[in-house]
Amino acid sequence: MAQKEVLGTPPEGIHPTYPYKVVLLGSTSVGKSSLAYRYVKNDFKESLPTVGCSFFTQMLNMEVATVKLEIWDTAGQEKYQSVCHLYYRGAHAALLVYDITNKETLNRAKLWLRDLEKEFLPDEIVIALVGNKVDLAAEREVATEEGEEFARTRGLLFMETSAKSNYQVNDIFMAIARELLQREQEKARAPSPHGRSTVTLGESRVRTGCCRL
Amino acid sequence: MAADVHKKKGWEVPNGSLTPGDGQHTERSESPTPGLAQGTEPGAGQEGAMFVHTRSYEDLTSPEDGAAAARSPEERRGEPAEPTTMEQISKDFSELSTQLTGMALDLEEEMRQSKEGKLEPSPQTTRRDSVLSGKEEEDVTMDAWRMHRKHVFVLSEAGKPVYSRYGSEEALSSTMGVMMALVSFLEAEKNAIRSIHADGYKVVFVRRSPLVLVAVARTRQSEQEIAHELLYIYYQILSLLTWTQLNHIFQQKQNYDLRRLLAGSERITDNLLDLMAHDPSFLMGAVRCLPLAASVRDAVSSSLQQAKAKSLVFSVLLSGNQLVSLVRKKDQFLHPIDLHLLFNLISSSSSFREGEAWTPICLPKFNSSGFFHAHISYLEQEMDLCLLLVSTDREDFFTVSDCKRRFQERLRRRGVHHALQEALRTPFYSVAQVGIPDLRHFIYKSKSSGLFTSPEIEAPYVQEEEKERLLGLYQYLHSRAHNSSRPLKNIYFTGPRENLLAWVTSAFELYICYSPLGTKAGAISAVNKLMKWIRKEEDRLFILTPQTY
Ligand SMILES: Nc1nc2c(ncn2[C@@H]2O[C@H](COP(=O)(O)OP(=O)(O)O)[C@@H](O)[C@H]2O)c(=O)[nH]1
Ligand SMILES: [Mg+2]
Repeated sequence: MAQKEVLGTPPEGIHPTYPYKVVLLGSTSVGKSSLAYRYVKNDFKESLPTVGCSFFTQMLNMEVATVKLEIWDTAGQEKYQSVCHLYYRGAHAALLVYDITNKETLNRAKLWLRDLEKEFLPDEIVIALVGNKVDLAAEREVATEEGEEFARTRGLLFMETSAKSNYQVNDIFMAIARELLQREQEKARAPSPHGRSTVTLGESRVRTGCCRL
Repeated sequence: MAADVHKKKGWEVPNGSLTPGDGQHTERSESPTPGLAQGTEPGAGQEGAMFVHTRSYEDLTSPEDGAAAARSPEERRGEPAEPTTMEQISKDFSELSTQLTGMALDLEEEMRQSKEGKLEPSPQTTRRDSVLSGKEEEDVTMDAWRMHRKHVFVLSEAGKPVYSRYGSEEALSSTMGVMMALVSFLEAEKNAIRSIHADGYKVVFVRRSPLVLVAVARTRQSEQEIAHELLYIYYQILSLLTWTQLNHIFQQKQNYDLRRLLAGSERITDNLLDLMAHDPSFLMGAVRCLPLAASVRDAVSSSLQQAKAKSLVFSVLLSGNQLVSLVRKKDQFLHPIDLHLLFNLISSSSSFREGEAWTPICLPKFNSSGFFHAHISYLEQEMDLCLLLVSTDREDFFTVSDCKRRFQERLRRRGVHHALQEALRTPFYSVAQVGIPDLRHFIYKSKSSGLFTSPEIEAPYVQEEEKERLLGLYQYLHSRAHNSSRPLKNIYFTGPRENLLAWVTSAFELYICYSPLGTKAGAISAVNKLMKWIRKEEDRLFILTPQTY
């Protein structure tokens, strides 16, 4: 399988595709669906009420590989909690989204983080903290530094975005894709103590990786 | 937490009988007569049904729901019940409704029952015929029609608000005292339907433990019909939570605030109430099909049938709220109510137009204790074709997603894509096609298939209020035809703006609306012509050969 190739040195003509499962997490109305919609459709709609969860795919052509982001957007409502739990499973990256105009949503994001940390080892998942709705600067309740500082102490990627005015939406997904590929390369160079080498990696990525919904 | 519907046990359809008798469907008469056996009427499936065979509307009074029929105030007067309490509640409630609607019009006039049972000596008149005159009650302004609002509240038996259609939550809590009084008033009987008439309002209660549903209506609908709509709301809530989970919650904590769990889904309930006010599907307890050449529909159905997976139970293709095709697992039948809930879910959120949705959903009439998982997606960006794949396995997203891909591939290969697109351009047919000048509109339901057909609503019913008024007239006739104590088989309704005729047999229901100048004799000949036309067009208007995997 092509996926078995070591990332750092792809042989001539082989451009592997890596599918990654990315989940959007956060309180209702922070703009998860809007971020996904902006990223996939480059558009913004005032109302995109989520039912259950939605699945989108986006292909990214990077230098060393093609990345296929399989994005899961959840309703994040209590009644779907049992289902949401499943969304974590097999995730390679998570966007923890909060609304900069609502402090409470950052606290909720911290709780989601705690859940994620229970579920995953730090090197198993890329986590990004995302402060959305920066276009509403006048209503800001969470200072940029606060999010930044929290992300730094916990080793998370961090960005402030606006799905509405298309600010840094592409950038955050790109940063995640880069981080994922970089980790892939690192693992390829030095197999982890769990025996996760590129070889098993290739297998788990082919379909099972993302099927473990 | 409710368990997933299991492959083994949860399968039995709880309400048993599934098919329209074993009658041979070969004798399909040209123009059906009142004696027409069920299963031979136009629109009856030739190879069995798609749906659980139900009496839908009559479900209300079936023992399954354990509902007592609504009682008139006269009947209640004789009861030993506390009259002061009753009066007080009526008064409180009419104040409450006024408060919520912001109007205190006395519409008693409008709610007045029209004269009934005035028999006309005519050869067609059977003993159960009835002629209704709408003259007096039609004498209301358009404004009054517009104000035909219906408030709906859902509360827990402990009196906690669960849902309110119009009033804000604050308004609701300020009327909590009234609510509590109502709940205690209802205490006596579980699963009862009760109603109060006050100042032109009908207040209808349906109790489905642990919930109480209340409607404050100024419509022409009967208590039974309003209760029927409340039951839809109840099923809608079950579809989000399952009956098992709902009961479990309230067993754990009697005064649980269910709004927390339902947060974000209020709009699904709002949408259902709006839909019920516009779409006759709910009134008819039946499903309408997208008019489509039989050959195209067959190609679509077999493509759908071939794109199967082990966990799939139902594959449904729909456009707007019309059915294009439905394929089901052998021996599994969908209930029209469950399908209506799915239609409502899909029409309640624009987000399904993007990506693929995967959501747990309970189909309460199929099995109220577990969740299915529904894969919902639109086939193409600009095409109003939504594919719904219902699976038993929540882990099966990718398998089911692949079914969609395979279905689309097959459609393409069969080359029906273009024909489908054409059909979607005119999703409704015009009544003019029937060729009866006085005929304005009609609804025809085949009872055995659970399908109905109806043309587009055209002039003079252009404005939204006019459309609602027409549906209101159908509702009125429907309630007269299905009145549990005094059902009518034939009804002629003469009004200043239109005449209507209803004809209900054991095989079908027909409601026609024609010009106010049209005579009764003219209407009867129109009915014959119309039935012939429906027979001629039935393979386009109905799904006659439903498929299974
Ligand atoms: N001003 C502003 N509003 C946003 C932004 N992103 C989302 N919204 C709005 O916030 C509300 C909730 O967004 P939605 O994407 O449904 O949030 P979700 O519940 O997290 O999926 C909607 O009304 C959006 O229009 C943004 O970047 N700026
Ligand atoms: Mg959302």
